[in-house]
Amino acid sequence: MSMANPHLKFASQAVAKPYFVFALILFLGQVLFGLIMGLQYVIGDFLFPIIPFNVARMVHTNLLIVWLLFGFMGAAYYLIPEEADRELHSPRLAIILFWVFAAAGVLTILGYLLVPYAGLARLTHNELLPTMGREFLEQPTITKMGIVLVCLGFLYNIGMTLLKGRKTTVSMVMMTGLIGLAVFFLFSFYNPGNLARDKFYWWWVVHLWVEGVWELIMGAMLAFVLIKITGVDREVVEKWLYVIIAMALITGIIGTGHHFFWIGAPEVWLWVGSIFSAMEPLPFLAMVIFAFSTVKNRRRQHPNRAATLWAKGTTVTAFFGAGVWGFLHTLAPVNFYTHGSQLTAAHGHLAFYGAYAMIVMTLISYAMPRLRGLGEAADERSQTLEIWGFWMMTLSMVMITLFLTAAGVVQVYLQRWQPDGIALPFMATVEHLQVMFWARLGAGVGFFAGLLCYLFSFKQRGRAALRAPAAVVPS
Amino acid sequence: MCTSAEPSELCRGHLPGDLAMWFFILAELSVFAILILAFAVTQALKPQMFSDSRQLLATSTGLAMTLSLITAGLFAALAQERIRRSRPRHGAVFLLLALLAASVYVVLKVTEYRHLLVSGLGMEHNTFFTLYWILTGFHFLHVLLGMFILGWLAERCRRGLYDAANHNGFECGVLYWHMVDLVWVVLFPLVYVLN
Repeated sequence: MSMANPHLKFASQAVAKPYFVFALILFLGQVLFGLIMGLQYVIGDFLFPIIPFNVARMVHTNLLIVWLLFGFMGAAYYLIPEEADRELHSPRLAIILFWVFAAAGVLTILGYLLVPYAGLARLTHNELLPTMGREFLEQPTITKMGIVLVCLGFLYNIGMTLLKGRKTTVSMVMMTGLIGLAVFFLFSFYNPGNLARDKFYWWWVVHLWVEGVWELIMGAMLAFVLIKITGVDREVVEKWLYVIIAMALITGIIGTGHHFFWIGAPEVWLWVGSIFSAMEPLPFLAMVIFAFSTVKNRRRQHPNRAATLWAKGTTVTAFFGAGVWGFLHTLAPVNFYTHGSQLTAAHGHLAFYGAYAMIVMTLISYAMPRLRGLGEAADERSQTLEIWGFWMMTLSMVMITLFLTAAGVVQVYLQRWQPDGIALPFMATVEHLQVMFWARLGAGVGFFAGLLCYLFSFKQRGRAALRAPAAVVPS
Repeated sequence: MCTSAEPSELCRGHLPGDLAMWFFILAELSVFAILILAFAVTQALKPQMFSDSRQLLATSTGLAMTLSLITAGLFAALAQERIRRSRPRHGAVFLLLALLAASVYVVLKVTEYRHLLVSGLGMEHNTFFTLYWILTGFHFLHVLLGMFILGWLAERCRRGLYDAANHNGFECGVLYWHMVDLVWVVLFPLVYVLN
């Protein structure tokens, strides 16, 4: 860790850097496996039997979760000391946990790729505490235990920093979100034999992460970056944050009901899930208004244009991806037909990218120039490249979403809407979706190009040449 | 309408409380609006079931609950008036009276819930009771939160933390309570009376 970096308020914030770098490496891996799967959708035996579709999908989704966790941890290590106004409790622990988590993550992914899944279960003695075999929670039990240990050490580290230092709304919301993340992950160890009960609690991890506590993390990270780049009063930002988290928790927690529709849970969930989910776009809409009004009322012209663009972009994309595309199929009468179709995939892609991938990149965009000792912002050329990366990735993801939505509508019509005897079976339906899948693959290549552009933007040495004075107070 | 007795800030079109609180109230009211709409539409689809099920609720209890909540709202408004005149201790007394009135609602509601459960009229009984429990249960939680807020405001009033110049937080809390009041005034006729 460099003690000589004048652009960091506290030297220990530097531990965030390896987390961000590794997160982006995993992101690259995730997108590569996304491309492999995109090809397998149209060329069924592509790379078979080396990388079967189910393995590619597992790697794609697991890499997503792990890189976002690295991103959140990096964000916390950067944000918490600055908010608490003191050095991190133990930078050494943060670095040790980084290597433990990185090693466990790489070994697990290699395990997926090199060993048949059932063999991996035997190898890791899944029979002692069976937790494997469930979507997104495929990790061997030993890896899950490792994640819990890393989370405990991480929470201890930032918790001690917070306890000893200044408590702000931003840091408290961030901490609450991270504690919630750790607590809800514990339900991944509960694996009842009854499939309905299994699904019930499985959603406590999956839904209460992405539509509950992760929204707190997103809100806190967004508020932190907006305070830094706009110079707007902390008091105003904090009020918005309170409103956003209250709405996110009210709608998100009860909105879990939309996952209990057809799994054997009581009928009351059809009502609860439909009604409260209809309000889930609201916190995301509040974030859009919050970000745009804060930037509009800014008290300074920050030289990091890219970070401002990411901050605004994440709210809009999250509103559409998580809010609107989620609402598309959370009403029970609609979900009866659309459940588990390509519409779900459309929603999943834009929501994860818009809400979580983009908020991590927002913080990286703000923090990385400082972490690298470049100053408040990278030079103009790098920022331009980064902004190109932003637009290429975002527009490509919008295209992916639209193509998958079209595929979903056709799928529902052919496979589920038609009366028995006319409705097509799954594989026959998929034949009719090939055009959409090819188009999605094309958009996926566009996304990959955007990611390369984004990663290439880090390759710069100079400091930002300011186009505008650093402190401009608009009327 | 402004009269000479009212504080000048209201006459100038000042929005009581904080804009963020109004935004939050708007969000809350939207949730209730969807719930109420779902109730009304389902009633239109199943009028007989709703009419029969409604007979199982005591309208007089519903009316008593309405009166208790409206009374609590009145006391909260009177407390607000006292704060605007820089009399926080008087404000605290009115808030305690508001809490007392709200407690009547809580006792009545818990008794009604208990009676319904003993009679086997739980959430799964029929669609009317599914919606009854969701709608009134969600509102009941809001009443409890509102009472907690009123209690917290009363404590701060007792410590003299609010006066004519500084009562933005107080207004936010009272606004929230009025929202809870308002929702019940719509719920009562919808759930207990209208056929």
